[in-house]
Parts: sequence; C-alpha cells; structure tokens
Amino acid sequence: MSQQHVTTDRPTRTNQPSVTERMRQGFAQQTRSFSAILGPLGTTLKYVSLVIACAAAIIPLVTIFMAAFKSSEEYANTGPLDPPSNWFNVENFATAFVNGKMLEGFVNTTIILVVSLAGTILIGTMTAYAVDRFDFRGRRLVMGMFLLATLVPSVTTQVATFQIINGLGLFNTRGAAIALFMGTDIIAIYIFLQFMRSIPRSLDEAAMLDGANRMTIYSRIIFPLLRPAIATVVIIKGLAIYNEFYIPFLYMPSRDLGVISTSLFRFKGPYGSQWEVIAAGTILVIVPTLVAFLLLQRHIYNGLTSGATK
Amino acid sequence: MAVMSGTTAPARAADSRSPGSRRPTRRGWKVTPWLFLAVPLGLLILFTYVPVANMVWYSFTSWDGFDAVKEPVGFKNYVEIFTRPEIFRVFLVSLYYLVGAFLQLVLAMYFATVLSFSTRFRNWFKGIIFFPYLLNGVAIGLVFLFFFRPGGTLDALLGLVGVQEAPLWLGDPSLVNVSLAATSVWRYMGLNFVLFLGAIQSIPNEQYEAAELDGATSWQKFRFIILPSISQIVGLSLILAVSGALSVFEIPFIMTGGANGSETFVIQTINTAFKFSKVGLASAMAVVLLLLVLLVSWVQRRFFPEEKGDLA
Repeated sequence: MSQQHVTTDRPTRTNQPSVTERMRQGFAQQTRSFSAILGPLGTTLKYVSLVIACAAAIIPLVTIFMAAFKSSEEYANTGPLDPPSNWFNVENFATAFVNGKMLEGFVNTTIILVVSLAGTILIGTMTAYAVDRFDFRGRRLVMGMFLLATLVPSVTTQVATFQIINGLGLFNTRGAAIALFMGTDIIAIYIFLQFMRSIPRSLDEAAMLDGANRMTIYSRIIFPLLRPAIATVVIIKGLAIYNEFYIPFLYMPSRDLGVISTSLFRFKGPYGSQWEVIAAGTILVIVPTLVAFLLLQRHIYNGLTSGATK
Repeated sequence: MAVMSGTTAPARAADSRSPGSRRPTRRGWKVTPWLFLAVPLGLLILFTYVPVANMVWYSFTSWDGFDAVKEPVGFKNYVEIFTRPEIFRVFLVSLYYLVGAFLQLVLAMYFATVLSFSTRFRNWFKGIIFFPYLLNGVAIGLVFLFFFRPGGTLDALLGLVGVQEAPLWLGDPSLVNVSLAATSVWRYMGLNFVLFLGAIQSIPNEQYEAAELDGATSWQKFRFIILPSISQIVGLSLILAVSGALSVFEIPFIMTGGANGSETFVIQTINTAFKFSKVGLASAMAVVLLLLVLLVSWVQRRFFPEEKGDLA
C-alpha cells in the first residue's frame, strides 16, 4: 500500500516543470480568449486595476521611506509626498538604532529565533516520526490532541498562560518567548507529518534489518530526508517569530529584553512627535523582511500554501 | 533516492504495516513512540490544555491574579458579560473587520483570477500585492499611523485631487474602525491572494481546453471551472476571516490602543486581566471568545468536511 503511494507521489513532484510548462501554454490560450471576449478595453482595465493595487500596496511604504531621510526641520516644512533633499542623510537611522535600542532588539530577536526554530524543528520532527511510523495504543488520542489544539486561538488563553509562565519563573526572560514559540507550534507538526508520508517506510525497514535502532533511523534517515519540510518550517515560523508582537510584549516587558517588535512599539512614546525617527526605525524593521522576500520568494510562496491553510 | 532503489523489494513493502515487520520486542514497540512524544506532548499540555482548563476554572472565581485564595463566584462573571452592555458591545467593532474581510476575499479572488491569465510583469504584480502580508505588525501599525495622521500621506494624496478638509481618520469615532479595518485588509489581502492563485494554478489544463471546445466564455470558465476548484480554500478563508474578525487585536492595539471606540473584545479582555487585575472576569470573557471560535470551526467542519480530514 505505502509503496503504491510513493510511486504515484514522486513523479508528480519531479515532473512539476513540465506541468507548469503545460499550464503556461494553457494560460497563453486563456489570454487570447480573455481579450477576445473583453477586447482591448478589458485588458486595459485589468492592467489599470493591477497598477492601482500595487500603488495602494507601495505608497504607504514609500512615503515613510522618504520621511526617514528627512531632517527634523525638513520634515516639518515638507509634505509627506515630497522626496527628501538628501538621500544619504542616515542620522535618523543612527538615532533609531542607538537611542531606540534597536540593536538590542535585533540581538534578542535573533537569539529567540535561533533557539525556538531549533526546538520547533526537533519537536515537530520527533512528533511526526512517532505518530507516522509507530502503531501504538493512544495514537489517535495523541493526534486528536494536536488537532484540537489548532482550534484554540492562543490569543484567548494568554490570561491563563501568563500564570504558567510566571509560575515557571520565565516571566521577563527570553525563555518565556522561546518556550511559547516551541510549545505551541502545531502547524510545523502538520507540515512534517505530511512530508513524512512521502518517505517510504521500506527505508526504515532496510535500516532496521541492518541493525539500526529507532533513534538512529530518526537521526540518520528521517531527519535528513525531511530537509525540504524543515526549510518550509524555518521560513514560515521564522517570519512569524520575527513579526510576533504580543508574546514578547506581554511576557518580556523589561527594556533590555525588547525584541524588534517591542523596541519599535516603544518609539510611539518618546518619539511621538519625531516622525522622521519613527520612520527610520520602521524602515530598519522592514528591510530584513524585504531582503528575505527577494532571496526566498519562491520558497515563501510554497511554504505559505502548505502552512497557512493549517 | 539511491539507497531506496536497492531496498524496495515489493514483498517487504507490501506487508510493511503488518505485525510481522515489527523487528524490536513488543515492549520496545510500546515505549519507543512515547519517548519521542514525551517533550512535544508535555509542552502541548503545559501551554495549551492546562491554560484552557485553568481559564475555565478562573472564570468561575473572582481572582485578581495575585491573591492566594481564588474565591468561587459561580456564574457571576458570565452574567456580568452578558448584562453589562459595554462589555459585549465591543463585538460590534468586529463587524467592521468582518466587512473588511469579505472585501479582502473578493479583491483577492479578483486579482488571483486576473493574474492566473498570462500577464506582463506577472511576478512583479504578484510580489508587490503579496509583500505587505510579510511585514511586521508594529511596522504596519506605524506606517499607517503615518498614513492616516492629519497632514499625513492620505491627506496629502487627497489634497492632490482637491480635497482640502480631510476628516480625522483615526480621531473620529465614526471613522476610526473603518480606517483600522482598511489597514487590516491591506495587511492580509496578499495571503488570500497567493492561496487563491495557487489553487487556481493547480487546475489541470484539460479542463480549460474542454471548456474552450464547448465555446465557454471567460465568465463561464471562472464560474464553472475556477470557482468550484477554489471553493475549498475560499470556504476555509471565509471561516478564518470570521474567527479573525472576532479576535482582532494587533492593529487596533498598536495604532490606537483601543481609543475612540476602536476597542475590540481581545483588547478589552487583556486590559481587564492585566490592567484592572480582574483575572476571573477576563477568563470568562476569554472562554466566551473561545467558545465562539470553536463554534465557527465546527460550522466549517460541517460545511467543508474534506478539509484536514486526512490528518486525524
């Protein structure tokens, strides 16, 4: 049975280029009929709507980008749509980075990111391995528990989670965020589980015949083969941790424990009227995301399609 | 892959699930999976199930979060939620986000359909429309505080087309939720768009060809080929939109802190618990929200049963 699955599964993955190729041809035909029905007017409307959507997506970001390069005097005397006089004025970025404690924010975010990702990957792969490769009493119960947990929105339970974090002595430590990121990630488990099903069981069995124990099979065979799924989890989980605001805000209120989100949030108070500094801080947070997007575009799209539908 | 080809004897694979292939002792088989599951299950219970159980317990007490004694008060907290209008009224704020979410789905479906036809600069359009979804929530909050502030980007844009007297987008209680819901659409539309686009592109080409032969129009292709094949993901997005609208938190909290009538149920719950130290009442509010979200998920399961079916 499982063998059958594998043989029907694999070719689809390896053949993807030709499928997309065929689809592209299909879409080319579509265009012909598209413009045949709607005419040049329809095509124009289509491009106009796309340009409007892009403008709506970009303009709010561009204006704050321009504001970040203005001196405070210049900011006060120019409108938001006017470009800065000096595109190399990095004074605001320096202020944001040093006075706004953004450096600490980046350091804390990086520490939390690396540790939580490592933990999530270990926990997720171990769970997927146990659930997919063993038949044991209580397997369905375990699956049900993970499934049910996806329905509980974490934002609602913080009232009680807070007491637990506090009781563990993790309040106001990086451990709070790390424990919560590791302990409540069920989507990663599903991604691993789905991928695990495409790894043939005969591999496990061959290794077992050679005398490998379960731990060796997990660490030497399963874990390395899960690499594509691990990449997916790193991307979507990494983005989620980088963007997370609520957990660090609630559990790490100390000034020294600011992460990217909370350091930036604190700009609202002291720099309330200095929009050019707030703008610089915002851009500093956006740039890493932009770089990651440009480098990993295709992986991000694929990762989200498999992850966001939970 | 090379390893695999040498070892996949069909006979062995065929009985891979049968008891005969269980090499280790029976005892080993029983204990090993639990060794792998110990940490994951421990964390799951500690950070999901214990909090839910505690939350239900707290909701029947008048606990303040510090006191050693948790005084049981029966259903008093629940009665308070449903009888004090100012607590329940904040759910009305969710309606703005709900309308925004529907708009967001329609826009996402439109752009996904349009971009599934061959289009010049297709990847650029796709990337730009999607990019906002990836951004940090606090950054988005600040970008839109700048966008909506008096004399900000929006007012300047309106000035270009001759509108001089712009309203206070975030200061006017009748407008603030519209502005915040619009921000939410800006943030999340890209995700729906990419998911829909992915679903549309997985439609086999033969279906279009067959439709072409039958002389179908573009609209008919959308209505009878595209729409049915993305109905699953649309249904799921719809349900996520409803539960998302019920538990809106980040954007209003970051941008206005709940001022001017933009307070949502979650902001109110958080404030009740951590600002006013009424953990009992806040827990009851959280339980109500949890039940609402579970109800929505149950509805989803009833109407879109295939979703996630193979995971259990």
